Amino acid sequence: MNEPLGNEMYTLHINGQDRPVRDAWVGESLLYVLRERLDLPGAKGACEQGECGSCTVLMDGDAVCSCLVMAATAVGSNIVTVEGLIEQNPTMAVTAQAITSQVTDVQQAFIEEGSVQCGFCTPGLIVAVHHLLDKNPDPTELEVKESISGNICRCTGYGRIFAAVEAVVQVRKANS
Amino acid sequence: MTVAIPLSIREALDALSNTPDARLIQGGTDMMVEINFNHLKPHNMIALRRVQELRTWTKNADNTLTIGSGVPYQEMETGELKQLVPALAEAARTVGSPQIRAAGTLGGNLGTCSPAGDGLPVLFALDAIVHLQSADASRKLSIHDFMVGVKRNARNANEIITGVTVPLLDGWQGYAKVGVRNAMVISVASACLAIDKPTRSVRIALGAVGPTIIRCRDAEVWLSEQIDISASTAIDAAVAKEFGRRVALESKPIDDHRSTAEYRRHAVGVLAQRLITRASSS
Repeated sequence: MNEPLGNEMYTLHINGQDRPVRDAWVGESLLYVLRERLDLPGAKGACEQGECGSCTVLMDGDAVCSCLVMAATAVGSNIVTVEGLIEQNPTMAVTAQAITSQVTDVQQAFIEEGSVQCGFCTPGLIVAVHHLLDKNPDPTELEVKESISGNICRCTGYGRIFAAVEAVVQVRKANS
Repeated sequence: MTVAIPLSIREALDALSNTPDARLIQGGTDMMVEINFNHLKPHNMIALRRVQELRTWTKNADNTLTIGSGVPYQEMETGELKQLVPALAEAARTVGSPQIRAAGTLGGNLGTCSPAGDGLPVLFALDAIVHLQSADASRKLSIHDFMVGVKRNARNANEIITGVTVPLLDGWQGYAKVGVRNAMVISVASACLAIDKPTRSVRIALGAVGPTIIRCRDAEVWLSEQIDISASTAIDAAVAKEFGRRVALESKPIDDHRSTAEYRRHAVGVLAQRLITRASSS
């Protein structure tokens, strides 16, 4: 065990990079540190109590609510935010369009299927869908619904989101 | 404020000796809400998430299972743990969302000790043993002695909850809960039913309808007199209904922001009736 962390400095491993966090209160949530200290505003803060999923990030391969992770306790963990998905998926099937516009296949499908209305929940959903499809490339409808049951969208009614997931499944199948 | 990130139970206990006022944090799904909303401003924290010893489970020679306090709910939902303790898998699957289940742990449920904690009715139905360890001693405590009130337990400030041991029963077991929607919900009322054929015992434990989890001893005895628990016979609908009514009588619900006492008492009776009906038709 290293010495307990005080308020001076700690380092997080995010999107493949070591990111020092300086002069921060160690009780801050990972969501706050990402957005306010590390200039990674992709994860959104809405409920701050784990109910909405708009702050979803990957931590050691699990999709978690970054608002419920004390940032200092994430030292040593591998964190991927929505900004880092494209670098973290070098082998995934991306369309030519997706490559030129620097979005992942999931993001491209959300655009094409009209899965975005106000957009606030979108980054969390993108991370959750990547997490699902990377573990389960051909999910059932129930598995898709369950996997995004922690991501609340109040605009779309989810229909276009399910359509985007299905589109990614088909594209990845065709390219594999 | 400091945050210690021990890598072993020994290091965690050393950290607790060095900072006796420290709060222990496991998945953080309860405590971070309190911190985010400024209801809690801890001086010192000990994060247990990297203690691998707490993230394992073991099948013991005496037909019991010991689950480390750091095993996340998502690991109980599927695979071998689901086969061994089906009621725990069902309860785990009702916890929050996939994100919460990736972080939340049984140890956290025990530490917080909310009457609405989804893992707790299962532990009460199974007569679980809680393992506590301090720098110089370890002890085992029945779950019935561990939870002493609303968000109150018998853990001493110098102890860490290392895990729980539950028996592997031979018989149907399941968990059911009522909330305002299907996903992402805190229990309004919950119940765990577990049957053990060799000992002819039926156990039912209720969550969110009293200051602690409630075992319905009278209803259990009544039911065991009505049916032959060692056999897999269908249970009469009237018996299931009466069982529900008797279970509801043993609940001690209150009115609060989540529901009313009247509704909770009704709901928990329906849950008991449904569980015994599921057990009977399985």
